[in-house]
Amino acid sequence: MATLFDKIWDAHVVGPRQDGRTLVYIDRHVIHDLHAPPAFAKLRKTGRDVRRPDLTVAVTDHMVATSTGRTTSTIPKSAPFLERTRSGALEFGIRLLGIDSPMQGIVHVISPELAIALPGSTVACPDSHACTVGGIGALGLATGTTEVVHVLATQTLAWNKPRQMRIVLDGGLAPDVTAKDVILFVIGHWGSDMARGHAVEFAGPVARALPVEGRMTLCNMVTELGGRAGLVAPDASVAAWLKGRAFAPQGTDWGQAVQAWKALYTDADAVFDQDLCIDCGTLEPQITWGIDPAHVIGLSGTVPNPETAPVAERAELRRALDYMQLQPGAPIAGVPVDRVFIGSCTNARLSDLQAAAAVVRGRHVAPGMHATVVPGSTMVKREAENLGLHQIFLDAGFDWGEAGCSMCAGVNGEEGSPGQRIVSTTNRNFAGRQGAGVMTHLASPETAAAAALAGCIVDRRAVQ
Amino acid sequence: MRRFQPVESVATLLDRDNIDTDQVLPAAFMRGIDPDYGAGLFALWRRDPAFVLNRPGWEKTAILVSGANFGCGSTREHACWALDEFGIRVLIAASFGEVFRDNCIRNGILPIAAGAEGLARLRSMLRDTQDPVHLLVDLATQRVTSPGFEMAFDLPAADKTALLEGLDEIGMTLLEATAIDRWESAEKAGQPWLQTLRTPL
Repeated sequence: MATLFDKIWDAHVVGPRQDGRTLVYIDRHVIHDLHAPPAFAKLRKTGRDVRRPDLTVAVTDHMVATSTGRTTSTIPKSAPFLERTRSGALEFGIRLLGIDSPMQGIVHVISPELAIALPGSTVACPDSHACTVGGIGALGLATGTTEVVHVLATQTLAWNKPRQMRIVLDGGLAPDVTAKDVILFVIGHWGSDMARGHAVEFAGPVARALPVEGRMTLCNMVTELGGRAGLVAPDASVAAWLKGRAFAPQGTDWGQAVQAWKALYTDADAVFDQDLCIDCGTLEPQITWGIDPAHVIGLSGTVPNPETAPVAERAELRRALDYMQLQPGAPIAGVPVDRVFIGSCTNARLSDLQAAAAVVRGRHVAPGMHATVVPGSTMVKREAENLGLHQIFLDAGFDWGEAGCSMCAGVNGEEGSPGQRIVSTTNRNFAGRQGAGVMTHLASPETAAAAALAGCIVDRRAVQ
Repeated sequence: MRRFQPVESVATLLDRDNIDTDQVLPAAFMRGIDPDYGAGLFALWRRDPAFVLNRPGWEKTAILVSGANFGCGSTREHACWALDEFGIRVLIAASFGEVFRDNCIRNGILPIAAGAEGLARLRSMLRDTQDPVHLLVDLATQRVTSPGFEMAFDLPAADKTALLEGLDEIGMTLLEATAIDRWESAEKAGQPWLQTLRTPL
């Protein structure tokens, strides 16, 4: 009568600490160029060593430039972060995947792609989207800088076990509806703090039918639901997806691992603190209209009108409409767009680029449109180029970049200009997230691609 | 983390309530690759030449005395790093922001929530003189003393042990090091593929 989360958590409990917290063992620690430098400095200062450098991987993604021909000094402000990540990794004996590595990419994209994360494993990462690896049934745990040092020194995290929530995704998806639309709909339906303090398992026919990469998109935005972790029970498709990847178990280990993964499901009689169900059968493609990930509507929908909303919500709605320069009650389709960004740990895996390329193929972006594709990893980029996807995007007038977080995190200075409206496949639409005064609409790669062609927010079924 | 030793230092009075962490360390000092947190401590106030920490005799203070709710506001641990890098070892106040107080313990700073009567005496003693007043803070005996002044204070036993033993978060976890060793051996036997990250070709 255990949940999937119970099974993974319980298998990793080292024991209680004297302050009552639970020490949870970390199988894989994946750190990046934004938080590695201060963590290395803190380690040095306290004279501590890394307990398991062999289970730790450092990658450069947040601070790297994503422009063609980039070097570690393309962005001057980033150069010291990249250098300290490199020198620290060398000093502490940690494997570094820098921009000269064919395995470099966004930490949450490369962790499953290289099979660093595995079903049933615990994966710590100093980034709120650590939950992405839940798509392959790995328990991704997001940490702060101080906790990075703790994991480096002890290979454990001191946590209290979160409460548990199951979201059953019922019905079947219409052909144009993607994992991104589902998670946006869920966040819009229940709000961006509904899962606070909970580990979330997605179940039901929709979750089961999603391809492995779509499950990662689903779990990626659990943090926008307020959740601590996201999971989908791994099935045979996950093992098939992982087989032969760079760090995947080999030989007899592989056989044993696949066997062990078969026990990774929630028992029929397990009880959740919250057990919810939502019908996805009538879903259309979704998009955000405001400045909170919960400000979501369907592409055929209209922007909310504060005057007809409950009194308690009016001020927030007015603030959002004001920032987004939208008219109350107006249709979202037809709103003009300046830029399109296809990238991020939410939607820059190969299948995302394939889906966007299928919309773009043989067409051209609207006049004045600045459209960009930033692959989630160097490996995704290479695979996409082998399939000729880059040519489809370049012919259509898109920029084709190198792998990194780029305009999603915006910490490397790659951002929009004040007043620009962007349709973005990323995960956060907070005011100023993609640059001061930039208006962000979150959507799927297909919807973003269609907006680039049309020059406005549009239901892609209308441009085909 | 360093073990907490008895502290003898000039005491600095910040004679007000609700000093939030934005005052302790303005957000601008949290950015960049190598922030000098010590330089950021009370940075806005230190622009004033008359501010107490700029006065001769107070530059090297290790003890701050203040009012209620010290360290309220943003939960930034950087505020504690700023106090630590500046050299502050003891905070004596009526009360503290909750997260801030825990962060102090984790960073080796002693947060003394003083009783009303003792704190009132201490504040008026510091207020009434232009000369530096030295205090001795001894955690082992839980006493603050000075010629003509004495005050006892309370501290939860676990916090006292953590400070005296120099147990930060990591130190506390490493008390369980044998359990971690044992756990690793068990995983190596049961799921060996998780105890290795094979170097790819």
